[in-house]
Amino acid sequence: MTSEPAHMNPARSFQGLILTLQRYWAEQGCVILQPYDMEMGAGTFHPATTLRALGPKPWRAAYVQPSRRPKDGRYGENPNRLQHYYQFQVILKPNPPNLQELYLGSLKAIGIDTGVHDIRFVEDDWESPTLGAWGLGWECWCDGMEVSQFTYFQQVAGFECSPVAGELTYGLERLAMYLQGVESIYDLNFNGLEGDRKVTYAQVFQQAEQEYSRHNFEHADTEMLFRHFRDAEAACRKYLEAGEPKEGSNDSRHLMALPAYDQCIKASHMFNLLDSRGVISVTERQSYILRVRELAKACGAAWLKTEGGGMAA
Amino acid sequence: MPDLLLELFSEEIPARMQRRAAEDLKKLVTDALVERGFLYEGAQAFATPRRLALTIMGLPVKGQDVREERKGPRVGSPDAAIQGFLKGAGLTSLDQAKIESDPKKGEFYVALIEKPGRATTDVLAEILPQIIKAFPWPKSMRWGAASAEAGSLRWVRPLQSILCTFGPETEDPEIVRFDVDGIASSDVTYGHRFLAPGEIRVKRFDDYAPALERAKVVLDADRRKDMILHDAKDLAFAQGLELVEDEGLLEEVAGLVEWPVVLMGSFDEAFLDIPPEVIRTTIRANQKCFVLRDPKTGGLANKFLLTSNLIASDGGKTIVSGNERVVRARLSDAKFFWETDQKVKLEERLEKLKNIVFHEKLGTQYERVERIAALAKELAPIVGADAALAERAARLAKADLVTEMVGEFPELQGLMGRYYATLQGENPSVAAAIEEHYKPLGPSDRVPTDPVSVAVALADKIDTLVGFWAIDEKPTGSKDPYALRRAALGVIRLVIDNNLRLKISEPAFYASAMHQYVSYLRSRLSELEDIETIAEKMRSEELEEAAIKFGGGTKAIELEDAREFFGNRDLGVDLLSFFADRLKVYLRDQGARHDLIDAVFALEGQDDLLMIVRRVEALGRFLDTEDGANLLAGYRRAANILRIEEKKDGRAYNEAPDLEIVNAQGQIEEKALAVVLNGAKEEAQKAVEAEDFEGAMRALSRLRQPVDAFFDKVTVNAEDPVLRENRLRLLNSIREATRTVADFSRIEG
Repeated sequence: MTSEPAHMNPARSFQGLILTLQRYWAEQGCVILQPYDMEMGAGTFHPATTLRALGPKPWRAAYVQPSRRPKDGRYGENPNRLQHYYQFQVILKPNPPNLQELYLGSLKAIGIDTGVHDIRFVEDDWESPTLGAWGLGWECWCDGMEVSQFTYFQQVAGFECSPVAGELTYGLERLAMYLQGVESIYDLNFNGLEGDRKVTYAQVFQQAEQEYSRHNFEHADTEMLFRHFRDAEAACRKYLEAGEPKEGSNDSRHLMALPAYDQCIKASHMFNLLDSRGVISVTERQSYILRVRELAKACGAAWLKTEGGGMAA
Repeated sequence: MPDLLLELFSEEIPARMQRRAAEDLKKLVTDALVERGFLYEGAQAFATPRRLALTIMGLPVKGQDVREERKGPRVGSPDAAIQGFLKGAGLTSLDQAKIESDPKKGEFYVALIEKPGRATTDVLAEILPQIIKAFPWPKSMRWGAASAEAGSLRWVRPLQSILCTFGPETEDPEIVRFDVDGIASSDVTYGHRFLAPGEIRVKRFDDYAPALERAKVVLDADRRKDMILHDAKDLAFAQGLELVEDEGLLEEVAGLVEWPVVLMGSFDEAFLDIPPEVIRTTIRANQKCFVLRDPKTGGLANKFLLTSNLIASDGGKTIVSGNERVVRARLSDAKFFWETDQKVKLEERLEKLKNIVFHEKLGTQYERVERIAALAKELAPIVGADAALAERAARLAKADLVTEMVGEFPELQGLMGRYYATLQGENPSVAAAIEEHYKPLGPSDRVPTDPVSVAVALADKIDTLVGFWAIDEKPTGSKDPYALRRAALGVIRLVIDNNLRLKISEPAFYASAMHQYVSYLRSRLSELEDIETIAEKMRSEELEEAAIKFGGGTKAIELEDAREFFGNRDLGVDLLSFFADRLKVYLRDQGARHDLIDAVFALEGQDDLLMIVRRVEALGRFLDTEDGANLLAGYRRAANILRIEEKKDGRAYNEAPDLEIVNAQGQIEEKALAVVLNGAKEEAQKAVEAEDFEGAMRALSRLRQPVDAFFDKVTVNAEDPVLRENRLRLLNSIREATRTVADFSRIEG
């Protein structure tokens, strides 16, 4: 840490935290990806996790993923809640035997000294009904605060993970608040600089939080969203069908798993927006989740028939 | 005698599973050893977040030698038979067999097979991998590169290493060598994750436990609990405070640390405006911390105790301040919920209950509230409650489900409703009923006594029972997902503890709930287009039937219709017998004799819970008296004679005795019995009608002397057939008279 300039110190700079984590995981052999260019509820939705967790091929990746949870918007007024926030996602398949040590190493890298901080692994079983996925693991606590999720994926898109991938998710804002010792997300120092050159999280995102809260709760065009949901669902099915291996061909690979999966991501986000607009009743809710899950499962099945999913040409 | 030490070292085991896993490990290993003839002196199992450990003391070095004689074929048998015998007995030639003879078979071969006992280490190396592979974790997982293969090892979290040694105290034990999915057993373990992470070589349990202790691992969960409790009390005492003890939390916290260090943190006093239950729940659920009471005020103090897993180099300063931050954020949320919730009155929240599905086939909470309110109103006069208050309380009872606070902490349901109802000026009985209508939650939970609470609590439970019975979701075996047994027991306790007169067959009791339910089905009809839609949407044949039945007409559904509808599926009868079963269980738990319960239930029309209980009690007391015991003996004698004679004659003697015959031909004892019988039966009947079971028993006790005298002096099987028949009828009258209070034939002992 000493070689870094002060404004890159994770304890002072939000972006310094991100860069430190990227560097750390790059050293563990991860490919450092950029955020996926679609709206999604969590880093797990990124095809680099969902799809790459399926099939026999080894895979290591780390990336930041902006996560959109329309319902969590609070018009920029709640110090702890955002409808758009950053997750830092790490996926290692198969999980190395020392994944816990690697994780603790990442905490050390961002300045969490295990000599004074109480780090705990508290049972937390993860399940995503929309992705047809589940795994066992923990919430990782630092001094009583949940700073990461640690999951051994057992099933994704309805398929057994073989081999199992280890997934780490860091809630970056919360972690940064702790490292910087601030009580509100908006007070985070984004760039680590001081005085005139300091940029806060509020300067970057507070206006967006206000505007998107209005959008998510009051104005998002529900008729359009319903239509987009149906369109995405239909398109997903259409692409999956078009990508199916041709009868009589000796190439049995699927040719369009990824574009189809994009439509699944889109449908999921449309559902989240509709949910936050309060136009989906409790009974309907379940059926929408089921519809997205069916798409995810079909995409997973298609992925397993691609080269990335382990199918030989 | 040698000892076994086994340690299964893994990543963090969920706290709630540790204790059970240690017990399972002990049972599985000792059972497997005993099954193979290996006895032991003692065994102990332990669990920490990262390890299960087992020590078995006093095992033999090897198993018992077994000598077995096996009879073979006759001398001179065909070669095939001889070869088969040699092979089966493991012999190479007939020289190794001896020859015996008996008169029947002549001379034949006998093989003496000696099996030396197997070395214990070999047996352990065989059984331990099997036990590990099939360990009964409630939830288990695969991991790592090995998980690419089908059938790879499953454990609760990745299993890192296995330590297994076996040997006597006097010499160096050996490692029991085995391999489970690539993990080879060794004599190595590891200490505390942060305080002493290095390798530790271990010989046996005697040095294992102290070595771990030095490496900052307390192996025994109960000792960790003691340490936490002791330190927590000390810290509290030093501040003049008292620990609010919480056994469940203590057990959980002890499963989250290998080396407990208790630290005290504090929060802003302003948060103490929040109800104490909320503070406690917040801090407990989210932070797994204990709260403290201030003995001076009786209320909570603005302090909490956390249990860390670290001897921190800064004395715990960083840990405390980190935890304080989180507690502050949580309490801020709670305070926000508490204040926002108060801005909306409970009745204004009812609309939102339309969004909460109670059960797919039983509608929303809103619809349920409508039913409970109607039922509570109807039950009110029976339980002595003001009908308007009962209805009001029922209407508000579920409103807190849509408050922010209960959304965050579902376990505060009812309690928050009471707080908010009190704050908005509801009648105190209404406010209390909102909290208490869930009660009693279990056999040891308090039973509400305020009539308004009783009315709503009964309505809530009866609606649940009738609803789930109607959709045929009854408890089966150990499965009771909707806690219907608890609901029925709740009804029973509410009725009995409050001395309520409520017949379980009476319309007010359940038919009204049925009526409500049918109305609900009907209301669904107007909402939906046609019967098919309903059937498809609700996936319920019963709804379809209901739709067909009630769909066409416009007239309001009458109670009779409801009865008929549910009567057809024997719902009423079935639910009543469920109540009867629950009542038996309840009485048995109260210490009543099951045969007395059966004796009372065997009578016709037993549907008044309170009267059943009183009758069982009175019967028990009566049978404990000498009169009671003798009457029972007399009854049995009469019943036995009747049974034998009725069987012999192929007819029953149910008619009343002819008193003229008694008077004209009977003996004096016979006359006396006839007179007393008549009077006693009538008196007992009257007493039963007046619900005076003691009086009824007293009336019956008058029978004792004449019955005894009758059996002493009178020959039942008289030669004169007319006299004999009349005497048998007299015996039948004894049987009849006792039936006024119970079926004596069911009484045992």
